[in-house]
Amino acid sequence: MLDKRMSIDSVVAELRSGMTIGIGGWGSRRKPMALVRAIARSDLRDLTVVSYGGPDVGLLLATGKVKHLIYGFVSLDSIPLEPHFRAARQAGTIEVSEYDEGMLQWGLYAAACRLPFLPTRAGLGSDVMRINPELRTVRSPYPDGEELVAMPALRLDAALVHLNRADIYGNAQFLGPDLYFDDLFCAAAERAYVSCEQIVPTEELTSTCVQTVRIQRWMVRGVVHAPNGAHFTSCAPDYERDEAFQREYVAAASDPERWAEFRARYVDVDEETYQKAVSA
Amino acid sequence: MSVDTTSVTRAEVCVVACAEAWRGDGEILASPIGIIPTIGARLARATFAPELLLTDGEAMLGAGTWAVDEKPAVLEGWIPFRAIFDLIYSGRRHAMMSPSQIDMYGNANISAIGDFFRPTAALLGVRGAPGNTVSHPCSYWVPRHSPRSFVRAVDVVCGIGYDRAAATGGSVARFHEIRRVVSNLGVFDFATPDRRMRLVSVHPGVSVEEVQAATGFDLVIDGDVPVTRLPTEEELRIIRTVIDPRGRRSREVPS
Repeated sequence: MLDKRMSIDSVVAELRSGMTIGIGGWGSRRKPMALVRAIARSDLRDLTVVSYGGPDVGLLLATGKVKHLIYGFVSLDSIPLEPHFRAARQAGTIEVSEYDEGMLQWGLYAAACRLPFLPTRAGLGSDVMRINPELRTVRSPYPDGEELVAMPALRLDAALVHLNRADIYGNAQFLGPDLYFDDLFCAAAERAYVSCEQIVPTEELTSTCVQTVRIQRWMVRGVVHAPNGAHFTSCAPDYERDEAFQREYVAAASDPERWAEFRARYVDVDEETYQKAVSA
Repeated sequence: MSVDTTSVTRAEVCVVACAEAWRGDGEILASPIGIIPTIGARLARATFAPELLLTDGEAMLGAGTWAVDEKPAVLEGWIPFRAIFDLIYSGRRHAMMSPSQIDMYGNANISAIGDFFRPTAALLGVRGAPGNTVSHPCSYWVPRHSPRSFVRAVDVVCGIGYDRAAATGGSVARFHEIRRVVSNLGVFDFATPDRRMRLVSVHPGVSVEEVQAATGFDLVIDGDVPVTRLPTEEELRIIRTVIDPRGRRSREVPS
């Protein structure tokens, strides 16, 4: 079997400007931040980003990587509003597709199932239909004749997810409370990349609670060993969210000078330097 | 132990008014957003709605009654987001969301203030509000009642109101229900012929005129408006000593 271990930079080298990239996790929880930071300091641009958004979205917006954002929300959880998302939305600098959270799931699921769309009631009657004028409805061919939203497939060129543990072949395990939709992001993507806290032998990965090995190697192209790679988002049980750092991130966003300092110290640096800076 | 009900705070009245939203709901998931609705849902289960299911705010279903700023000691299940979404579509849930704007038909906005494409204030995004409101009962909690939160028309319809539900028809109209709206000033519902928002009760010390003046549209007011009920002594004891011993409720609604 193929050893799929890759470096952070070799993952980014496989990405291209203009790609549609899905990012796993939820809000400020278990985000593949090491990979996101690597994109933020790369020369990639004009990305379409699909996310249950948190600081992954914020950082990519702040570094000018995003052309089109597809999301249900963007939030830092313990701090409800994401400052860079707010700034980008209020400046009108990005194209946006704002969907109901369940519609986003359906779009990923449709892509994973190679379906053009999946029907849903979510969105009907709401301004989701107005702000996404490309959305179409479909009528049930059965006697109920119901009109439903035809949520289009959200096909991804690449997916990035961060899990607690993986083996070198791309099987990966979540040990925290929720997988979120990481498996759907992987299955909806041409190429999925898994960063993880720990790479362990397969027999160790599956020796405790094999039911939580929810990312399977058929979904995965690359495995990246990235300890503390979800920082500053939570990656329970390995670590909780770094609330102090998240507050620093938000405070820095309020002022261009402070943001420039933050960026020089924490964004425009390689992963090793970042990890040293945040453990200092 | 006897509790002096004359010392009841506005926040405690709001907790009970929120709890009442889930009365009679049976064995469904109560999903409160915000501190006071969370205390309210746990109070409802600890007293008159024991069949409710409650999460720890993340992926676990908790058993028993636990403090608003703690995790439950005993779990009764695991309900990750995917299972929550499935449950939403089944209809067996009643969420209490906290909109930035709500209008006279119960349309609710958590997405953006102003023009959606160039908002003066970008908020969270529509989140689950569109799906929630066409799938299961919803209620709303507005901790700061003002003409800026109770508006004639919301800027972005995230949770749909009765006018939108009726215009859409079909299963949307069938599954749509906004049970009640609770603010720091009073309790509201839509039990009117044209489904406009009605003032159900005013909290102790609040006048009908005060509520109307803080509302950006005409409320339906039929006859004498009663005063929102006070917590019972037992409810006060549970709020103060079990669910919110550190007084988090007064951060959301100051006394």
